Amino acid sequence: MPWDRNQMAARAAQELQDGWYVNLGIGIPTLVSNYIPEGVEVTLQSENGMLGMGPFPYEGEEDPDLINAGKQTITELPQTAYFDSAQSFAMIRGGKIAMAILGAMEVAENGDLANWMIPGKLVKGMGGAMDLVAGVGRVVVVMDHTNKHGDSKVLKECTLPLTGQKVVDRIITNLGVMDVVEGGLKIVELADGVSEEEFRASTQATIV
Amino acid sequence: MKKVYGSAAEALDGVLQDGMLIAAGGFGLCGIPELLLEAIKESGVKDLTFASNNAGVDDFGIGILLQTKQVKKMISSYVGENAEFMRQYLSGELELEFNPQGTLAERMRAGGAGIPGFYTKTGVGTVIAEGKDHKDFNGETYIMEEGIFADLAIVKAWKADETGNLVFRKTARNFNAPAATCGKLCVVEVEEIVPTGSLDPDQIHLPGIYVHRIIKGEHEKRIEQRTVRKKEGA
Repeated sequence: MPWDRNQMAARAAQELQDGWYVNLGIGIPTLVSNYIPEGVEVTLQSENGMLGMGPFPYEGEEDPDLINAGKQTITELPQTAYFDSAQSFAMIRGGKIAMAILGAMEVAENGDLANWMIPGKLVKGMGGAMDLVAGVGRVVVVMDHTNKHGDSKVLKECTLPLTGQKVVDRIITNLGVMDVVEGGLKIVELADGVSEEEFRASTQATIV
Repeated sequence: MKKVYGSAAEALDGVLQDGMLIAAGGFGLCGIPELLLEAIKESGVKDLTFASNNAGVDDFGIGILLQTKQVKKMISSYVGENAEFMRQYLSGELELEFNPQGTLAERMRAGGAGIPGFYTKTGVGTVIAEGKDHKDFNGETYIMEEGIFADLAIVKAWKADETGNLVFRKTARNFNAPAATCGKLCVVEVEEIVPTGSLDPDQIHLPGIYVHRIIKGEHEKRIEQRTVRKKEGA
């Protein structure tokens, strides 16, 4: 059985290390905060100007001045600090954030990432994604292995406009985990019940 | 010199001109200068260029100026919440310059700090880098981005004193601080104006040197994505 969204998030949470400052993207990456391993303390950054992001507020306690990068209402924690957008991206660009976990439309075997636009169709913008992938210590992508037509999203080369060039370190999909290495992708782990043949058949990129 | 004005319209009197570049604070609908945007709409000024992370939603924020076709160009990082924006952009009525979010913030900061250009790794190898100066430092490639020098900055803060010292609240600070610094003239709307001397000088987020005009008003502070959790046992 391939992993579902929550299992993918739980697997991505295993990437977290004690003491890290981490940025989680919108979608499945947001769910990662539900699975932070026992004994691991991580501080979540929200690029709109916050370190120490807390859970959603209780009903009636929403504060319009307190949102995350997905514009959702959130809460603060005892260690929370606020700052402006210039400082927020100074810490991202300056390499102070240990890891970003992001969604993607396509990833290539050389670590190229595309997740911000589909020409002529979807024009929303890159938000902070280009800054994150260029600046943070480690980039982990969490996404479905194939699109809704069954085509691989793990490619030899991206077809969509790039968010960053050679920036992805690890890819976690519903079928398993891959690392970007010299010459292609290396399988690190297969989802429970997924065979290597199945994994390879769903992957367009070179597996070494 | 008196910085406190009676209304948004009064504070913008004699300031607005067709074709001007306006830097606006806010992230999504959080911390946007909603009263000043409304006054800009009422003024009828047009062909505006906005440097603003987002473009509001259809009926709030910069979105209200899109409906009246007062905006010629947006410099933004994300415009996914605004159907009217998408319609005008895809039909060629509206120009759009996408900037990575951190590049946009730094362009404002740099403009305010008298820095006309800077190098960044963000966007190297993407469409953002096309036509930009590339330079290697310590074996890594960077691209040059230019500081933003806006004709006007419009900003929302929580509190101001009468000299324009500002305090922001939580994540509503966002682009407001860098936007404020990069405008030739900066107009700020706040929820409360307190007597000079009542703010702790050590707790001021933006000193009044950047602030030229201040108004106080009632803010709607609309929430874009209301997300909550249930109380345990409830």
